Amino acid sequence: MYNFEFEKPATVADAVAALGAEEAQALGGGQTLIPTLKQRLASPTKLVSLTGIAEMRGVSAAGGVVTIGGGTTHATVAAQAGAYPALAALAGNIGDPAVRNRGTIGGSLANNDPSACYPAAALASGATIVTNTREIAADDYFQGMFTTALDEGEIITGVRFPVPEAANYQKFEQPASRFALVGVFVAKYGAGVRVAVTGASEEGVFRWSEAEQALDHDFRSDALMDLDINPDNMIGDMHGSKAYRAHLVKVLTKRAVAAM
Amino acid sequence: MPKDHGIGASPKRREDIRFLSGTGNYTDDINLRGQAYVHFLRSDVAHGKINGINTEAAAGMPGVLRIFTGADFEGVGSIPCGWQITDKHGQPMQEPAHPVLAQGKVRHVGDPIAAVVAESAAQARDAAEAIELDIEELPAVVNMKAALEEGATKVHDDLTSNLCYDWGFVEENKPAVEEAFQKAAHVTTLELVNNRLVANPMEPRVAVGDFNRASGDSTLYTTSQNPHVIRLLMGAFVLGIPEHKLRVVAPDVGGGFGTKIFHYAEEAFCTFAAKALNRPVKWTSSRSEAFISDAHGRDHVTKIELALDSDNNFIALRTDTMANMGAYLSTFAPSVPTWLHGTLMAGNYKTPLIYVNVKAVFTNTVPVDAYRGAGRPEATYQLERVIDKAARELGVDPIALRRQNFITEFPYATPVAVEYDTGDYHATMDKLEEMADFKGFAKRREASAAKGKLRGLGMNCYIEACGIAPSNLVGQLGARAGLYESATVRVNATGGLVVMTGSHSHGQGHETSFPQVIAEMIGIDESMVEIVHGDTARTPMGMGTYGSRSLAVGGSAMFRATEKIIAKAKKIAAHLMEAADADIELKDGAFSVAGTDKSVAWGDVCLAAYVPHNYPLEEIEPGLEETAFYDPSNFTYPSGAYACEVEVDPETGKVTIERFSAADDFGNVVNPMIVEGQVHGGLAQGIGQALLEGAVYDENGQLLNASYMDYAMPRASDVPFYQVDHSCATPCTHNPLGVKGCGEAGAIGSPPAVVNAVIDALQSAGRDVTHIDMPLSPSRVWQAMHG
Repeated sequence: MYNFEFEKPATVADAVAALGAEEAQALGGGQTLIPTLKQRLASPTKLVSLTGIAEMRGVSAAGGVVTIGGGTTHATVAAQAGAYPALAALAGNIGDPAVRNRGTIGGSLANNDPSACYPAAALASGATIVTNTREIAADDYFQGMFTTALDEGEIITGVRFPVPEAANYQKFEQPASRFALVGVFVAKYGAGVRVAVTGASEEGVFRWSEAEQALDHDFRSDALMDLDINPDNMIGDMHGSKAYRAHLVKVLTKRAVAAM
Repeated sequence: MPKDHGIGASPKRREDIRFLSGTGNYTDDINLRGQAYVHFLRSDVAHGKINGINTEAAAGMPGVLRIFTGADFEGVGSIPCGWQITDKHGQPMQEPAHPVLAQGKVRHVGDPIAAVVAESAAQARDAAEAIELDIEELPAVVNMKAALEEGATKVHDDLTSNLCYDWGFVEENKPAVEEAFQKAAHVTTLELVNNRLVANPMEPRVAVGDFNRASGDSTLYTTSQNPHVIRLLMGAFVLGIPEHKLRVVAPDVGGGFGTKIFHYAEEAFCTFAAKALNRPVKWTSSRSEAFISDAHGRDHVTKIELALDSDNNFIALRTDTMANMGAYLSTFAPSVPTWLHGTLMAGNYKTPLIYVNVKAVFTNTVPVDAYRGAGRPEATYQLERVIDKAARELGVDPIALRRQNFITEFPYATPVAVEYDTGDYHATMDKLEEMADFKGFAKRREASAAKGKLRGLGMNCYIEACGIAPSNLVGQLGARAGLYESATVRVNATGGLVVMTGSHSHGQGHETSFPQVIAEMIGIDESMVEIVHGDTARTPMGMGTYGSRSLAVGGSAMFRATEKIIAKAKKIAAHLMEAADADIELKDGAFSVAGTDKSVAWGDVCLAAYVPHNYPLEEIEPGLEETAFYDPSNFTYPSGAYACEVEVDPETGKVTIERFSAADDFGNVVNPMIVEGQVHGGLAQGIGQALLEGAVYDENGQLLNASYMDYAMPRASDVPFYQVDHSCATPCTHNPLGVKGCGEAGAIGSPPAVVNAVIDALQSAGRDVTHIDMPLSPSRVWQAMHG
């Protein structure tokens, strides 16, 4: 990696101030950023670690909402988000123990890797992304591969997940990275069913609205029988063609529904 | 009752204490005073003409000591190839130069162009980025078939084409093979790819060069499986350093799998630069560099045809293979698709007529060389796949078809130039049928079906050849090295022993298993024996460890040296007890006179050898130290039968391995625990090849999966609990220990079982799938099922 300055503020306010420097970069758990730096594919002048900010850590549940601090590790979510079991299960299956003990939900959502797990949970749950300046609805937050509504220097301080009646996440692992080759999160709320798909699309995480409508009408996996998703915008690579990914979206959605 | 001592016991591996407690001494742990660091600037294009390298700005960067380019190596030797193949017309293979740093052209992504030596690794890397390259990109030669077409772009302009050699084996058999195919009742044909693998040892390669200005001696510390081979190749052919002025040390090495056999440019560079700069120079490969600079393995494209008569006897076999050499000839690359592959095509079967054609091809890819099994997995895979396909086409039981064609009489001379000394293929198959519970398969298939899964059962046999030898024969076949092994056994005055072996342990557990042999021979505790290896200054000239040769060849050398020790010790004991030499017996660490109660302890004899006060000085010299060089008269031929049961998820194509059984014949076994561990590791690598691994190049010669984000290595959860057995032992007849070799068997024998099982699962579900190329990733299996 190239040389950089390093700061580890203790408050969100100090972190925001530190990120005001030119080419400063926030560092969550570093599970993506640190390997990128080691490959010399990024050269921030300053890294601002968010892991020292106590107010950004922790999981709480109240009034049908699970709130998770942006600096909370996957391992903590897996252990403490029992009020939203599908979310806790998802967190417990990200990467390996080393990744889960360093990687954070805020870091994952800010990075918005098209194959990451958390974006599917946030979008399917209609979560609210809370930053140091505002609250952003998940439907507005994800704007394509590695692209989000976050402004420069804006920090995810927390995420609020409304707890659904039932939910399930099905992840089909890419054999090497064990990221989601395709992942489907289905959440059933009183107001309707939400289905979010990660790993599959060239445009990043997305909602499969046809499936949502079909499941609103009849919440059984058979309700998806006649649905097919257009492979045109799917990712095609050595791990799976566009058609394969489109096929997996349907299979995993059915499995998620069947498991609920 | 299991033995707790000597041959056949399973003491825990003594070396694991340091490996598991972080106290090993790997090459990267070696840091010399005044050490500088090198960073190699590597080509990011597969093929290009170097028009200019401007190092001016880089040379002025902080900490930079010197920047080397290909021009600095003019007059320095080429990285040599250790095996010359003679083609089917009697002509030698085409052998291109392989400069330490690229000269004129770059030929693969990863080809080193310049080397920056600086005070720190980071400074060297910073400066390398400031080097300005003017490289004119040329069309990349990636596909082997296209590489052989008339008018194809040439990887090496000074060669006549991209064909390294066109090898026919046995050329004289060809007309008879053709004739047999004419009259065959059935011919089964299969086209397949043996996927290119990246070895990925846990420890990446490291080299530290050192030069002693006072003595003029050079030392290279390197991650090698065979330091003497590196000393000879680098000293004699590249740098012109005589062996007495060059020491090569390969300390603890964290896995080799073949890719650390070869002499690499980075080793020569560090040795050269240390002298040029008069400072130690260190290189530590990153994992990213390893993907594009460690020799890869496999990469064959094959058409195989099996001819059967109307009684389902195999009457002839014909194969046509293209073998990728990559951009340069790595040390033993030409031998892998030829003598380590063609000679194995008979397998376990008495097919009387065999013809093997291999075209070795240069491409703009990383060089390809031996990887665990080296040629034998490629032979086994195609043979055992085509037999399975034949059984399905003929509607016969694949086990019965194999049994019917088994070789049953030994020694057996195959039509592909080798003679199997022993084996009992029915015995391992019987054992397999029992272990794998073939009878219970139907029930297990029903249980899988109830879960919506397709269950398949695949099996195969394998034969392999270890301890390649004898030297005079392999010399005729083109080897430019001897293939003996050496050992010096030094007995100390108080009875402890040090064995200096030419074999090298990089995970095999020699430090534990070799002492068991001596403990058995002398009747002392293993703890009295220490193994020294991996240092040309401390061990006799040896050929190192590869090809599952260490116990069969290196262990035999140690056995012979120990025999000499015992013979001399008996003379000393006879003198001490005033008896005749012939009456002396050695048992449980004591010498006794037959028929008497006179005895003298091992330690007392050793002491007498070094404090020869009461000693037959007129007859024998003092001291107790002997060396033996052992050159085997033949290969050893381990064999076995493997079975794999898979579940295929028909919706996703995902394959999971539910059971894997391996019945091996390794001859005599010294440490059963270590042997089982070797089989487990080999199976994991074979399963990795079958389901997960495979280097993917795009048409521009870029390696698309050059990291663990995309190159899938097998993990614990990808493999089942294995059932392994080595009780069907037919000891090797020509080495003193009766041992065969077990290091590669798992990797050789497992891929066809996995693929056969998946095909069985799909066909049993009515899918017309006859073959899927490895790796059988979910998407490939799904694709095959949905045509």
